[in-house]
Amino acid sequence: MSERQLSAPAVMGRLIRRDVAIALRRRVELANPLLFFLMVCTLFPLGVGPEPAQLAVLAPGVLWVVALLACLLASDGLFRADFDDGSLEQMLVSPASMYLLALAKSAAHWLVTGLPLALLAPLLALLLQLPTHAVGALVMSLALGTAVLSLIGAIGAALTVGLRRGGLLLSLIVLPLYVPVLIFGASAVQAAAEGFDYSGQLAILGALLAIALPLTPLAVAASLRISTDN
Amino acid sequence: MYCERDDAPLFAPLSFTVEAGALVQLEGANGIGKTSLLRCVGGLSSRFHGELLWCGEPLARRRTEFAAASLFLGHAAGLKAALSPRENLLWWASLRGLDVAAEADAALAKVGLAGYEYSPCYQLSAGQQRRAALARLFVAAAWLWILDEPFTAIDRQGVVELEAWLAAHADAGGAVLLTTHQPLSMARPLRKVTLQADVRDV
Repeated sequence: MSERQLSAPAVMGRLIRRDVAIALRRRVELANPLLFFLMVCTLFPLGVGPEPAQLAVLAPGVLWVVALLACLLASDGLFRADFDDGSLEQMLVSPASMYLLALAKSAAHWLVTGLPLALLAPLLALLLQLPTHAVGALVMSLALGTAVLSLIGAIGAALTVGLRRGGLLLSLIVLPLYVPVLIFGASAVQAAAEGFDYSGQLAILGALLAIALPLTPLAVAASLRISTDN
Repeated sequence: MYCERDDAPLFAPLSFTVEAGALVQLEGANGIGKTSLLRCVGGLSSRFHGELLWCGEPLARRRTEFAAASLFLGHAAGLKAALSPRENLLWWASLRGLDVAAEADAALAKVGLAGYEYSPCYQLSAGQQRRAALARLFVAAAWLWILDEPFTAIDRQGVVELEAWLAAHADAGGAVLLTTHQPLSMARPLRKVTLQADVRDV
């Protein structure tokens, strides 16, 4: 046979490409967290009143909380489809390292949820009267922060994938872990809105990402083995 | 290869060996634990007592080596409905570290999916999807095929072909461990391992 051997990064790349291709073909799932983000942010001015000054105060927190909930909503499905159709089984019995596959799944998940959320955020920032000079901080903090959220969400998704109704349990597992990301993410935007330096908060988000990146796939790989062991 | 197992709650203790050239069919009533046994052998389940040996060593210690040498096909085929059979096959092979872009079309043609390589799997019938999964047999050089009900949804012609592929694999020095309720007419002797209900009090 004239098979060509693939390196480990290439194997991960193929998995990421596959997941992104599936998401692009099933646009509903791709659009769900974005629509949620859009809808809730649209409802806010209706609920708290349209005064620009008041909205501007709330905007950093609102944008971050809603983005976080959109991520939580999306993370439930991270391994669900693969579990249901047997792809997960094939990943587990394959000689490929489950650690790298878990990392690739999280990366693909971020590409189809976190990144679009971060890119959509400037539009909603406008809607919520966030000062324009804070938009850069919003996009950067969301891009970094949602990557951490995807990695953490993968642990919850892996632990609950075997359960039919794992949604609430998933929230209970991952929400406490989401809190630091929310605090530093929202605070970065807040600082930027008030005209302060926000590089410290971004650095902490970067540090959280640097911790989550190598560690969460360990937990995800182990959780997936436990969830499918029956 | 030597494989020994003792799983009390499902079926009576049993011990069997799968060696090169062997075609082993697991038999038993529904719910007796055939799939559970295959999942244990495949490394998906650890809920068993007893020993699984691979080349004389405990399987758990040689997991990666075993994974590269075996091919597991469960009830759920592991096909993505949104992707075509060709994309599914390429991705599956990439899990084994193989780039099979050159062989994929031939493998799909062999299982009777010529002309469907690029159709999304949700447009295919159950039998065609099963065939798309079986195409994996021809892109990865796995020594041991672990097949759970491979004949499900396959038409009569397909059953004959699959029987021939299994026999050919065994002729070439490979081994097959499968479950099926289909009466098989193999060119090679088929060894049957019958799983019986455990009558002991547990």
